[in-house]
Amino acid sequence: MSFDLRQGETIGIVGESGSGKSVTSTAILGLIPSPPGKIERGSIVFEGKDLTKLSQDEMRKIRGNEISMIFQDPMTSLNPVFTVGNQIIEVIRLHQQVNKKEARTRAIEMLKLVGIPEPEKRLEQYPHEFSGGMRQRVMIAIALACNPKLLIADEPTTALDVTVQAQILELMKKLQVDLKTSIIMITHDLGVVWESCQKVLVMYAGNTVEYANVEDLYQNPLHPYTWGLLDSQIKSDTVGKLPSIPGNPPDLRNEIAGCYFAPRCAYAQEKCFTERPPLVEVSLEHMVACHFQTADHRLKREGGEASE
Amino acid sequence: MSNQAQNISPVSVPLAAKKKSKENSVWRRLLKNKLALVGMIIIAIMVIFSVFAPLIATHPPNAMDLANSLSEPGVDGHILGTDNYGRDLFSRIIYGTQISLIVGIFAIGLGGMIGTLLGLVAGYYGGKWDAIIMRLMDGLFAFPFILLSIALMTVLGAGLFNVILAIGVANIPGFARIVRGQVLAVKEEEYIEVTRSLGANHSRIIFHHILPNCMAPIIVYATMNVAGAIISEAALSFLGLGVQPPTASWGSILKDGKDFLVLSPHMATFSGLAILLSVLGFNLFGDGLRDALDPKMKV
Repeated sequence: MSFDLRQGETIGIVGESGSGKSVTSTAILGLIPSPPGKIERGSIVFEGKDLTKLSQDEMRKIRGNEISMIFQDPMTSLNPVFTVGNQIIEVIRLHQQVNKKEARTRAIEMLKLVGIPEPEKRLEQYPHEFSGGMRQRVMIAIALACNPKLLIADEPTTALDVTVQAQILELMKKLQVDLKTSIIMITHDLGVVWESCQKVLVMYAGNTVEYANVEDLYQNPLHPYTWGLLDSQIKSDTVGKLPSIPGNPPDLRNEIAGCYFAPRCAYAQEKCFTERPPLVEVSLEHMVACHFQTADHRLKREGGEASE
Repeated sequence: MSNQAQNISPVSVPLAAKKKSKENSVWRRLLKNKLALVGMIIIAIMVIFSVFAPLIATHPPNAMDLANSLSEPGVDGHILGTDNYGRDLFSRIIYGTQISLIVGIFAIGLGGMIGTLLGLVAGYYGGKWDAIIMRLMDGLFAFPFILLSIALMTVLGAGLFNVILAIGVANIPGFARIVRGQVLAVKEEEYIEVTRSLGANHSRIIFHHILPNCMAPIIVYATMNVAGAIISEAALSFLGLGVQPPTASWGSILKDGKDFLVLSPHMATFSGLAILLSVLGFNLFGDGLRDALDPKMKV
């Protein structure tokens, strides 16, 4: 897979569970546990530096400082034995040469920024005294405390209820404008992508199947897997059974010769099972990996049907 | 805990009242527990006895008075009678408290510190470090404690410091195991991953994030094992390997008392009672502490 991101831009990475979204993000931060994980080849270039070639010490200076991450579950992402303030102050002092008082002032500023009322008092409280949405705000405050240039948000709203989700997305959007942070938004919720991203990357079984601008993908999706994802969303006119993509993602421990999606694809032909389609640019800045969706050949999309 | 927290609206909570609520609730639960309170009182009495021993003791603990040896409790101002050298038993038991507490606390402190450190390293790094450290601990565990102490005493000689050393070493593997198990669970928590993603290095993660989350079982285990260390010290002194005469120790008083069990049973009885009560105190307190720190926890 391959993608690039400019300052202040947001890219969405979508795909169903197990398609390698989170692995991508942990790889960027160099947090893949090894063994067994290992970056075999490829490069991650951040501001001209190849992150895969940096030492652990150099990586540590980047983590939390230039690249931060927000995790999925705010209920378990905060250390239960420390006050919230402690945890914000810790990351500030880890990366910046400031004394405790300055760090505290900055922490209060951050809590104010993410919309937590009475930040001076909340600073002294423990995570269990915060609600889920408030905790995610704290996580965002921690992640942004050192003004990172890149923020990786790994399903930041999945564990929250819908009203809070909207607030958090709104907050992230606002902060992005203020701080000029680039965001990698990992999600399986296409609604989140339409809301907040400029570019979107659809992943399937660890590979990119489609990569385009958000408008382009919304108006003119090309890969059958993307169609499946779009069809399986609840829309205002959805009646009866929700369409779904039949089958499960492949087991990547087995050698698969053809297209990873072929066994579940309604349009698959013989070629799909024997030859892997390359990711090609079919129209301006729109890449697709499908044998039958090319510059001069198109599939006719059929409406998604509910399947057992 | 997290479910409860979810239900509390973050803004409406009276903030002043919630401050330090964690510490408060542990204390409250501890004080509500009658048995833990008994344990606490026993420990408090022991501490008072050892700190103010010179004021509380009615006689110098080592002053012999052979004319009055083996006198009955209550005779001639000897509250608990005298031993075979005519030394005041009450005063000796008071001074013995000092030895028991010092050995109990320092030995567990020593074993706890080294054991915790080893457990942290084994659990956090895993792999070959884990294998090496834990097999060493298994080896230490398999070694009978008394044999280990005899070996150490033979090499180093008897004495208070060496007693602490021997009991401390014997306590290392227990701590290492408990801590390692705890670390294995805590290091998989998401907040550890978060900390790593924020650029913390290994030592910071281990000592600032994992260790505080392992403290509850360590504290409970340590408290309970002070009782064990007190028994161990008594056992070593009983065998003549511990604190050397004439210094008073409950174990050595018991040993002297054993020879006069038929003639004057009060020596063995009172020193044994002191051991029993102190062990009971630490066990009750440890039990209560465990319940208070985490009702679901099992040690």
